[in-house]
Amino acid sequence: MANALLLQFVHRRRRGAELFLLILALVVGIGAYAAVGLGVDGEVPTNLLGYGGWLAALVIAAHVVVRLVAPYADPVLLPIVAALNGIGLAMIHRIDLALDQGQADQQLIWMTIGVMLFVATLVFLRDHRLLARFTYTSGLAALVLLMLPMLPVIGNEVNGARIWIAIGPLGFQPGEIAKVLLVITFAGYFVVHRDALALAGRRVLFVDFPRGRDLGPILVMWGVSLSILILQKDLGSSLLFFGLFLIMLYVATERPGWLVVGGALFFGGAAVAFRLFAHVQQRVDIWLDPFADRNGDGYQLVQSLYGFAWGGLIGRGLGEGMPGRVPEAESDFIMAAIGEELGLTAVIALLLLYGLIVERALRAALISRDGFGKLVATGLAGVFALQVFVVIGGVTRLIPLTGLTTPFLSYGGSSLVANWVIIALLLRISDQARRPLPEATDESEDPDLFQTQVVKAVGR
Amino acid sequence: MSELTLFLVRVAYLAILWIFVLSAISVIRSDMFGARLPSTAAGTAPKPPKQPKAPPKRRGSPTHVAVIQGQNTGVTAALAPNAPILIGRGNDAAIRLDDDYVSTRHARIAASGDQWYVEDLGSTNGTYLGTQRITQPTTIGLGAQVRIGKTILELRK
Repeated sequence: MANALLLQFVHRRRRGAELFLLILALVVGIGAYAAVGLGVDGEVPTNLLGYGGWLAALVIAAHVVVRLVAPYADPVLLPIVAALNGIGLAMIHRIDLALDQGQADQQLIWMTIGVMLFVATLVFLRDHRLLARFTYTSGLAALVLLMLPMLPVIGNEVNGARIWIAIGPLGFQPGEIAKVLLVITFAGYFVVHRDALALAGRRVLFVDFPRGRDLGPILVMWGVSLSILILQKDLGSSLLFFGLFLIMLYVATERPGWLVVGGALFFGGAAVAFRLFAHVQQRVDIWLDPFADRNGDGYQLVQSLYGFAWGGLIGRGLGEGMPGRVPEAESDFIMAAIGEELGLTAVIALLLLYGLIVERALRAALISRDGFGKLVATGLAGVFALQVFVVIGGVTRLIPLTGLTTPFLSYGGSSLVANWVIIALLLRISDQARRPLPEATDESEDPDLFQTQVVKAVGR
Repeated sequence: MSELTLFLVRVAYLAILWIFVLSAISVIRSDMFGARLPSTAAGTAPKPPKQPKAPPKRRGSPTHVAVIQGQNTGVTAALAPNAPILIGRGNDAAIRLDDDYVSTRHARIAASGDQWYVEDLGSTNGTYLGTQRITQPTTIGLGAQVRIGKTILELRK
């Protein structure tokens, strides 16, 4: 009976609620921009109308497209993302004013590209199950993208990590796109092989190990991408990809033993990396005692901690702090700048917003009607949660710092664009999941037809 | 710009941020409990998709079950959504059949939602839908013939 009730459960469209939240989100984003102007120059910025208009146009365009092509999509995701992006832009603008640079304009351009890709994803991808056809293609594409920075001409080394490619004047991190492609690959592979992975195989200790022919291909694929990242000394992304694979394997096979195995592998790998790589040792040393070398290696983290402490509960006020003191304040360490100027109150609000994004993604996974959609949504939620945990944990000295961008807040085009695509995919999956089942229209009198379910076919 | 104004701007901004967070949460809350069941929604929202769904229900809802062949031909019992109809040779059966091939508690007909099901209660000779012996609760529609021993029953309007 409960099941019958669940089947009759109909989601509403909630596009009006989305619009209401979007307007609030715009107030949050544009308000931050105005407050920065008030704090730094003592007056509302002269280009507030142009800036606010541009931001509003982007957000409203995204909303209209969602209304047209994904009417049942989750109403909360888009406003949260718009608010985070608006706060990020205002914060980057604030740091620009402190350091006399112009990265906020570039970030606004990247946001425009991100929204355009968001719209394109929603318009051209009418059914997320289409992506299941590109399981291996997207895996190959991810590997190629990951290898691009190793190539001699376009590859580019920034701050010791070789993860950039230069296309003309634009720098780009292909790893961010590879992240999304790998989620699709893992989901497409696991949804086909999950039964074989979970049931066939032998038991060693208390973990059921699948047969090599079932797990092998995906294991190779994952191993290659992980070793590329380790060669590129990109610690954050290696951690991200490792965790992503583990989460998806666990969800697909429903075997908690994988978490034990994965945890053991992680600590083993971390110990090996600690012995082999000097930069890992350095990161751990900084984490254990940042004040040991407060003007050298530990400078960045120490300044960030000072920022949080100086900000206190409600912050110094936008434009009143000294966020320019933290190196990389506009990218990895943007949370420190926010902590200094808006305080713990705002940091908690932002963490809550990230939590809501993850919750909505997992909710879409729960109510999704097909296994592929479930796994993609779970994977994207996992990527998001891990990334936020790793970077904010690093900035606040909860865990050793590994370079990753704070989704939607940090300066960085590739990350922003990839995250907009992730949100588009989540909206598409939740739209499919919340859409009411198609009605069986029966013209004939044959009672046998009453039971026939109409299954929506994947369009060609 | 005075110190006080800047303080007010700061507090106002944090308030706006939290108003946004809380309204996002309240949308999620109403999204959880605000979804409607189509059956209860008829009065509140006129939904076009409901129209095509109604006719088959009205056309196909049976009101009683009748014995159309066998010793007890002509016996009927009214169908009620909450009262399953027991069929058998026993005294507690709603339709009591004097048929040697029928068990004491042979089968029952029950409703779930707007569907009617026939379920065999572990009878010796089985319950048949057409020529098929049923092993689990099976949906029956208007005019479907259920054979129990030498008796045939039918759902009627």
